[in-house]
Amino acid sequence: MTAKTEEQELDLTRAYEIAEEEYGKQGPIIRVLQKVQAEYGYIPPEYLPEMAEILEVPLAKIFGALTFYSQFYTSPRGKYIVKVCVGTACHVQGAKDILDRMKDELKVGAGETTEDMMFTLEPVACIGSCGLAPLCLINTETAANMTPAGMAGKIQAIVEKESAGVAEE
Amino acid sequence: MAEEKKGGTAVMDAPAAKSGGLSVMPKRYVPWPEGNEKPQIWIGMGTCGTAAGASALEEEIQAWLKEHGMEADIHPVGCVGMCHNEPLVDVQVKGRPRVSYKKVSSKNLAQILKEHLQDGSASKRAAFGQLINPDEKQEPYDGIPNFHEEPFFKNQVKIVMQRCGVIDYHSIDDYLATGGYDGLKKAVTMSSDEIIEEIKKSGLRGRGGAGFPTWMKWKFARDAEGDAKYMVCNADEGDPGAFMDRAVLEGDPHSLLEGMIIGAFAVGAQYGYIYCRAEYPLAIRILNQALDQAREKGFLGENILGTGFSYDIIIKEGAGAYVCGEEMALLNSIMGERGMPMIKPPFPATRGVWGKPTNINNVETFANIAEIVVNGGDWYAGWGSETTKGTKTFALTGKVKRPGLVEVPTGTTIRELVEDIGGGMTLKKVGFKAAQFGGPSGGCLPGEFMETGIDYESLNSGGAIMGSGGVVVLDEYNCMVDTARFFMEFTVDESCGKCTPCRDGTALMLQILERITHGEGRLEDIEKLEQISGFTKANSLCGLGQVAPNPVLTTLRYFRDEVVEHIVDKKCRAHSCDELIEYVVLEDKCTTCGLCKPPCPTDALEWEKKQTAFINHETCIRCKACVMACPFMAIK
Repeated sequence: MTAKTEEQELDLTRAYEIAEEEYGKQGPIIRVLQKVQAEYGYIPPEYLPEMAEILEVPLAKIFGALTFYSQFYTSPRGKYIVKVCVGTACHVQGAKDILDRMKDELKVGAGETTEDMMFTLEPVACIGSCGLAPLCLINTETAANMTPAGMAGKIQAIVEKESAGVAEE
Repeated sequence: MAEEKKGGTAVMDAPAAKSGGLSVMPKRYVPWPEGNEKPQIWIGMGTCGTAAGASALEEEIQAWLKEHGMEADIHPVGCVGMCHNEPLVDVQVKGRPRVSYKKVSSKNLAQILKEHLQDGSASKRAAFGQLINPDEKQEPYDGIPNFHEEPFFKNQVKIVMQRCGVIDYHSIDDYLATGGYDGLKKAVTMSSDEIIEEIKKSGLRGRGGAGFPTWMKWKFARDAEGDAKYMVCNADEGDPGAFMDRAVLEGDPHSLLEGMIIGAFAVGAQYGYIYCRAEYPLAIRILNQALDQAREKGFLGENILGTGFSYDIIIKEGAGAYVCGEEMALLNSIMGERGMPMIKPPFPATRGVWGKPTNINNVETFANIAEIVVNGGDWYAGWGSETTKGTKTFALTGKVKRPGLVEVPTGTTIRELVEDIGGGMTLKKVGFKAAQFGGPSGGCLPGEFMETGIDYESLNSGGAIMGSGGVVVLDEYNCMVDTARFFMEFTVDESCGKCTPCRDGTALMLQILERITHGEGRLEDIEKLEQISGFTKANSLCGLGQVAPNPVLTTLRYFRDEVVEHIVDKKCRAHSCDELIEYVVLEDKCTTCGLCKPPCPTDALEWEKKQTAFINHETCIRCKACVMACPFMAIK
């Protein structure tokens, strides 16, 4: 619920500026979406009508591009993005077991975020380091030759670190 | 096909082989920096090296040097292809060869540095090769093999990957010192016809997978009418299990730029894009830096090398859509739209980006160009099979001992790839089952293809495709039905939905495959799969749908028994499909210890003292708890 109220109070000034900077340039939609996401971590849906107006392109076109690409997100995501590679090489080395274990550990489905906004679980197709399969990513930190237990340990370590941090505060 | 198998030996027979001794491939050595006495250290810091822990190594090396009052130049390098030995660190002191160390960790790092930098020897346990530069007087180390004789590299011919893992990826000077931009310097003295003719002689075909002759593509683009033209690079390497483009982008970005600039010069293009997938952030960073360096040195931008020819490149970051690897979809995505394919013609050569004539090639194709221009088309055509010339990089992964990125002449057999280079299967007792070529658009080739030389035609006739060059080796623990299901799941996710055959055909096939892996398959499903496959292949709009049924078709062609077994006997011989596993206690191995009894959550496991345990299949939920608990591996 807290996430919702935050969303309503979101300051979109910077996002409007981004759209204005790109106005009139060739093929701006993806670029604007990428920049806004880089700024806000996701693309606030309430921003889209205004973006369409600034760029003078139909809203449908923006929405079309937004929903087409898997790297655009329309809701806030967790502090830690747990990516489990499910590409071919990882699949044959048992990536599914890791993904299943992660779903159990975090109690979320694929692509979902935990209620405390701490973790987002995301299966991805190929990070391109297949020689080290199976592979996982926690934010930008790569974990090579992973096992379900190994990943569970890493998650546990983060949970402990985070709760210790909260206690200190 | 018999003639095509000679690829492996063709290296020796190649006309150019006479000029270069044992192998004619351009072996690259970074020359010792003049006037520098400091030791040189290179760390494999590509995405894969970093994943294996290379960034921590850098800090540890710095700390070690500081502690011992020493200084050294540390360079990041890309991927040399040896994924199984990551992280890799190379060390060189003046007057001696560069030594490559494998599996470097905090445990052995101090020992390696001590032996190499303080004792003046090289750590034999960790070193796997030394690069002896013939142009410099270097005293080799005893007992360490030549880098190029290492079993993993011995059978490889590196053209595309010649500098990957060797040169500092931040340094254009390293690139220039290893023959970089020589191709461009030569190309600007040639006419467009001469360049295209040289590419034609080389026999180079599109390395993105389809294998369309590169020279023809360039000719179409050159002859097309337009006030502006585009030379675009497809670096949207989306095939799961393929990462050769990433290796080039990270390890040798200038070779791609040089190829693109030569191409632009030949077709008369003024603008270029590199469409790179967003999953490769490091590659994008390195590319951007390389572009700036190239502009600064006058290889890119206005009036290149004083010839009056101008060309510049912009990087376009993808946003995560597999179909954007398809050229029309890629163009749409560059223009900021949904990445959807379109009906051809018009082809991009006549109407591409912003409606202008556009030529699109893959990273690997471009990375070959400079070398072809320098050495001539005949030199390149000296390698490879009858129909496919040159080399091809493969991402060899799966159940092999030495997974990695390998570059071999086309026509090399699957056996050479898997056994000689890959080192054979991971598990000794579990045999080779199939090699999966070309990712979700390719197919699985069984053992009978072991002696087949790999080229576009031989793979096509087997029902697979070259694709971008992903090779996943499967063993008997991999279920073929599940593998086909896996790829279909991928295609269903990535189908853009524009045309019905692909959108619905793949979804229907996935439904059927899922049913079979869940033990609910029906015999008529096989025929249905074949029907839908044929329809989807024939009627899909773009390449994605046209090849999507390949994994299913090859599975049905070569592993039909296994599919039937799933349907009729409800059995998965690879023990991979959860619903089809039936655990039994092996009487000869069971010691009647009873350790398996307590973990069973449904009391399906029956055991009494001094009695062999027994599993009741009615109540067993296949949770594997008993399998894990048994110390004698008596439950299978």
